[in-house]
Amino acid sequence: MEEIKAAIEAAVPGAGVEIVVNPSVSGQHSLRLRPGDSVSGAVAVAKFLRDDPELALDFLSNVTGVDWPDKEIAEKVKVTRTVTKTVEGVEQAVEETVEETRKRVEPGCLEAVYHLFSVAKGHGPVVLRIKTENRTDQVELPSLTPVWRSAEFQEREIFDLYGIVFTGHPDLRRLLMWEGFKDHPMRRDYVEPDDFEYEPTAHDEVLKRAMAHQAKQKAAETVAGAADAGAGAEGTGVGA
Amino acid sequence: MSTSGFVQEKDMREGWNRPPVMKPDGEGELLEVAMGPHHPSTHGVFRMDVALDGERVIRLKPVFGYLHRNHEKIAEGMSYLGSMPFTDRLDYLCPLTNNWAYALAVEKLTGQEVPERAEYLRVILGELTRVQNHASSIGFLIQEMGASGTPLMYAFKAREKILDLFEELTGARMMCNYMRFGGCRVDASAAWLDATRKVVAGLPGFVDEFERLLRTNEILMARTQGVGILRPELAVNAGVTGPMLRASGVNYDIRKVGGYGVYNRFKFRVPLGDHWDVYDRYMIRMLEMRESIKILEQALKDIPGGPVMDAKAKLRGFRPKPGEAYGRIESPKGELGFYLISDGGPNPYRYRVRPPSLINLTILEDMCLGQNVADVVLIFGSVDIILGEVDR
Repeated sequence: MEEIKAAIEAAVPGAGVEIVVNPSVSGQHSLRLRPGDSVSGAVAVAKFLRDDPELALDFLSNVTGVDWPDKEIAEKVKVTRTVTKTVEGVEQAVEETVEETRKRVEPGCLEAVYHLFSVAKGHGPVVLRIKTENRTDQVELPSLTPVWRSAEFQEREIFDLYGIVFTGHPDLRRLLMWEGFKDHPMRRDYVEPDDFEYEPTAHDEVLKRAMAHQAKQKAAETVAGAADAGAGAEGTGVGA
Repeated sequence: MSTSGFVQEKDMREGWNRPPVMKPDGEGELLEVAMGPHHPSTHGVFRMDVALDGERVIRLKPVFGYLHRNHEKIAEGMSYLGSMPFTDRLDYLCPLTNNWAYALAVEKLTGQEVPERAEYLRVILGELTRVQNHASSIGFLIQEMGASGTPLMYAFKAREKILDLFEELTGARMMCNYMRFGGCRVDASAAWLDATRKVVAGLPGFVDEFERLLRTNEILMARTQGVGILRPELAVNAGVTGPMLRASGVNYDIRKVGGYGVYNRFKFRVPLGDHWDVYDRYMIRMLEMRESIKILEQALKDIPGGPVMDAKAKLRGFRPKPGEAYGRIESPKGELGFYLISDGGPNPYRYRVRPPSLINLTILEDMCLGQNVADVVLIFGSVDIILGEVDR
């Protein structure tokens, strides 16, 4: 692993690579390209890995996304502060050490993981990871499709299910969900929309949900109908 | 030097990355056809948006997702063992190899040992799966050429016997749910092994007959030879695996290089294609069936006694230590991999299936461009996909 890291740093100047240790017994450690690397930088590293005669990682097997949501970490911190106290009838400023629990939010990110093998040499896997800046507005990552064609559909799948935007991808469209679908279902915080037409069944739980949903829809329709009659306002009212 | 005899030509690499843009020959408009999602040749619900100039294919875009049920999300919401039955439903023609790949990935994550006998049973079941998958995939291919019914029924004759064996051992013909982390669910009886030996003894006769039926057929040769050529450089770059890759002449079999199971104890060869076309893919499957029969004979001869389950294996309260693992096997369709991340909880933090069927379709357009529309059906059939695995 260290050798590959050194080789990358020698071949591609300015490429920030760090080793991510895998604590499990599988021993598959990975290389992380520093977030914020320019598109050309990541692609240059990928090209080096593919074309280097020693590594010859010509076969990109698996590409996948991982979602790491924002994490709230509770820490116990010792704080020293000055408190005014009355000691033996005299008011004094006393220093006191208190333990406090502070909450810190570690920002989350989306991650793309690439598993590389070599067909020519028969070794592998070498795991490559790239992180986005955050999970909301800076979700661009460089696409490795120009280097390995097998990334084409898999990066489309990640774009579809996780919402990572791969710059330099020749045909970035949704793969599995339909066009016009809004969310990214594989994210950890994804909530199923409540706009299905529930079929009443014998199962009590489903029936309850169906009835609640239908009542909600009916109420929304009456509101929309009243608004239409009043001022000709728009809106279908579904799911309001 | 290279172990597989495969070295990429440097100047080939860049040009193969995109399918070429075709220009129509004559004047007039292109005809755009949506083949599927309900088309007899698509093996399920799959669509190809094809642009045609006369009969020639100018453009082809595959459309996926009709069978998408977010298998990965379901698995992330339940225990490790809980998603074992769901793996049966990925590639429903080969449930046992799916079980094996998933069990292998979890064993890599936890470092569990698998007893000898269980390893042999896995090999036997994996190779039986390969035989029945290849037989039926050839049967389907012939059916798509217009030989409706009869050849497929020949294939199903052999498959039926193998499925009976599966049923006797696991309780189900297709949804076997047989492998466990650290072994197999139940032991095989001596009677079952004898029955398997009998079935395996009959398989070479079946392959001979099946091959004779088709090999000298002029129509088959005329329609498949030189059709749907896939160059080895592109095949490797596009991540194509399995019989598809070997039909393109690249010696890469995970049973040989991946070092999983006990495959290193058996003698078998890896057949390779010479012409990289549909006919080669069909012949490679024929030859692989013969090699599988060789492995089966050896495994059935050497199978040791003993337990089929690791005594220390935990079924309840199964929580792997934090970490990740990628395990892969040579499934009949290609490289089937499972990628798991554990955060120490009872269910996987990330569960990913690397589906060979989906990734083998990446180069469908490259193979079909310039061919007749009737050949698209054949080329698509020669990829050998199962939609349950493509869409997941």
